[in-house]
Amino acid sequence: MIAEAGLAALWLAAALSLLQLGMGVAALINSSPAFAGEGDQAKPGGGAFSDSEEPLHHATRGPPPPEIRGRNFASAIRTIAIVQGLLVGLSFLALIQLFLRTDLSVKLVAANSHSLKPWLYKFAGAWGNHEGSMLLWVTVLALAGAAVALFERRLPERTSIATLAAQAAIGLGFYAFLLFSSNPFERLFPVPVEGNGLNPLLQDPGLAFHPPTLYFGYVGISIAFSFAVGALVTRDVGPAFARAMRPWVLGAWIFLTLGITAGSYWAYYELGWGGWWFWDPVENASLMPWLAATALLHSVTVLATRDGLRAWTVMLAVVAFSMSMVGTFLVRSGILTSVHSFAVDPKRGSFILILLALYIGGALTLFGLRVGTVKEGSTFEPVSREGALVVNNLLLCVVLALVFMGTLYPLATEALGVKVSIGAPYFNLVTGPFALLLVIVMALGPLMRWRRDRLREVARRIALPILLTAMALLLALLLAPGMGILPLLGLVLALGVGAASVAPLWKRKLLRTPLFTWGMVLSHLGIAVALAGMASESAFTKETLVAARVGDRVSVGPWSLRFDSIEPVAGPNWTAVEARLTVRRGTGAPFVLRPQARMFSTPPTETSEAAIATRLDGQLYTVIGKPDGAGRWQLRLWWKPFVTLIWLGGGLVALGGLLALVGRVRRGRRSVPQEAYA
Amino acid sequence: MKRLFLWLPLAVFVAFLVTVAIGLRKPADTEIRSKMIGKAMPDFALEPAVASHPPLAAAHLRAGKPRLVNVFASWCVPCKAEAPQLMALKRRGVPIDGVAIRDRSEDVARFLAEWGDPFERIGADPASRVQFALGSSGVPETFVVDGKGVIRHQHIGDIRPENVAAIMAAYEAAK
Repeated sequence: MIAEAGLAALWLAAALSLLQLGMGVAALINSSPAFAGEGDQAKPGGGAFSDSEEPLHHATRGPPPPEIRGRNFASAIRTIAIVQGLLVGLSFLALIQLFLRTDLSVKLVAANSHSLKPWLYKFAGAWGNHEGSMLLWVTVLALAGAAVALFERRLPERTSIATLAAQAAIGLGFYAFLLFSSNPFERLFPVPVEGNGLNPLLQDPGLAFHPPTLYFGYVGISIAFSFAVGALVTRDVGPAFARAMRPWVLGAWIFLTLGITAGSYWAYYELGWGGWWFWDPVENASLMPWLAATALLHSVTVLATRDGLRAWTVMLAVVAFSMSMVGTFLVRSGILTSVHSFAVDPKRGSFILILLALYIGGALTLFGLRVGTVKEGSTFEPVSREGALVVNNLLLCVVLALVFMGTLYPLATEALGVKVSIGAPYFNLVTGPFALLLVIVMALGPLMRWRRDRLREVARRIALPILLTAMALLLALLLAPGMGILPLLGLVLALGVGAASVAPLWKRKLLRTPLFTWGMVLSHLGIAVALAGMASESAFTKETLVAARVGDRVSVGPWSLRFDSIEPVAGPNWTAVEARLTVRRGTGAPFVLRPQARMFSTPPTETSEAAIATRLDGQLYTVIGKPDGAGRWQLRLWWKPFVTLIWLGGGLVALGGLLALVGRVRRGRRSVPQEAYA
Repeated sequence: MKRLFLWLPLAVFVAFLVTVAIGLRKPADTEIRSKMIGKAMPDFALEPAVASHPPLAAAHLRAGKPRLVNVFASWCVPCKAEAPQLMALKRRGVPIDGVAIRDRSEDVARFLAEWGDPFERIGADPASRVQFALGSSGVPETFVVDGKGVIRHQHIGDIRPENVAAIMAAYEAAK
């Protein structure tokens, strides 16, 4: 019965989203200023309903005053959005319950689970497949809508209604997708004796954490999209709108950052390839929304603080979630080959493509039609904080465009009949220089004043970091000659940018510095830290690939290893051969690493479990490969100095985001009364 | 001019839609085609995969009549899905040989007992050597080989009911 209850909850939620959309549209039409004969000049930021006159119709005792009707509509829509979120949440819990029980009469469970799996993977297995992860997708979408309904009180009523209507419109399409082409609750008859099992690559604690985090970011950014559509509908784009939107963008961005960082580390240790980013289409699918959201985060600040970049901000809000949807499409349609591919089904691909055409096409058309009527915001001098933020935005968009083109290029050429493959060399080469420019601008921006600044002043503030950079460059050239140009610049800039990013705290009373300034400093520092890790990893990694016999000694970087033994081990649902490596660094104390090659029986797959030793200055990464049949085993060993900084940096970026969010929300709380009724 | 600029994002998006729609209509092209099509089978002689079937060697594929070579494995789920189609081809008189990839003989025997046995000969390819030599990148794949041992057609992935006609046609053409 759980499956039927889950399905019923899903259908109800879908019906509610239709109602939410319908009521939203009705409320907007009824209160449309155009209807009241005021032309297309809406009151900017005003209380929206006061300037419309309700046309008389079928009300017996005369219509209630429009603003009261608007209020009623708005509170009804809010309630619907909340109930919708609850229902989808229930439906998702039902699916988890089915997986925990391994109810094999449900097709999805039978295809992706197994009664002998550890409970954590039964639990996380609920979203380790196409249907389940799509349900998670709409769950996050509906919860985001419910959160807006619950907490958002700063938007003018009309924009708020339009926002919730837009969120419902997105939801509706994806409910249809789930219910008509990817029903997670479908029953299976006859009931199989045992399930197929979960893809062993996914049988890792990472699965419990990475997809939900990523989805909260990925799908949470839908709020920005809905805000933008709402603001376009009511033509109300201004600082108040930006201040209302900012915490939501920040929230989604934090999750997205965390999800990408976690995913990168997961791929690093689970795939056993020793790399931390593969420019795989699915990784790109998560990077593109992050780039757009990062740009949005900065432009929304310009809009909130200086009332500039109105059209641009709206555009980015549309683009960010569009990138999420495009990413979902790329992953689900199987149109690009990737390690992450879900069940490939061209029909599903066409379905999502139609949704994309409707939503993105619709939003961009609305943008083209409406944004011309949004009044231009204030202007500024090129040498100013706004100027730096504009350059930052342009660079982020260039990187976004390059990643987008690189990801789709194989498709485009295939449409012309040529088959090509684009890999890491392309992406590193074309995005690297822009990324370095970007971090330079990132270092400069916070040291500039709003509106107008003088170059000489800026130069004075940036002098110390520049000096540090120059010294680092000199040292690097002397100590490590022959480094690649990108890693060299990366390493050197990381130091200078790191110094520059804490410079805004210079000569400030640290305790009285606002939390969001701390957040910015921390995030920028995190970028510098991650950059240092990336550069160090690519410049200094030592690699040893050998075929070794038991008893052989091998060395990699500063480490020496002895291959002691190889023995079979068994886990709950796998068997493995495990190598015992005694590892020693110089004359330090020896210790043991045990990399495994695992064999899973359901489904039959092999994975390699790397054994990793983490030190303050890097990681030793060991993998055991195949036997050659003559008593030798492949050993792949890497010494990766400071590679951990990559994820530490990612974590800092997210933490900075969290501080900024807390700071903004606290300040927002304090100023709500003045703003809302201003 | 500025007006036109506002429509640029939509234009980019439409270009994306068109590209992707074309890509969606022929998803099979993302697969890796064998470079061996039109060339003679490489020379090989495999060990038997199960006691019940004689082993397969390249010489058997040059015996003057076209045959199908099915690259499969007992551990591969799509191979189970295509079993009925292989059986249908066998019933229509198409001779089929198998190459069992990284498999154990007891597993192959169980697979044949459970899902049907369309094969005349089955060779064991424990290290995927013959598979790679054929230019096959995964299981299942099916090759149509003419009487002189030249590969005429490659089918990637499981044979679905709608693919049978194309394979039959390639087989007829190879005669």
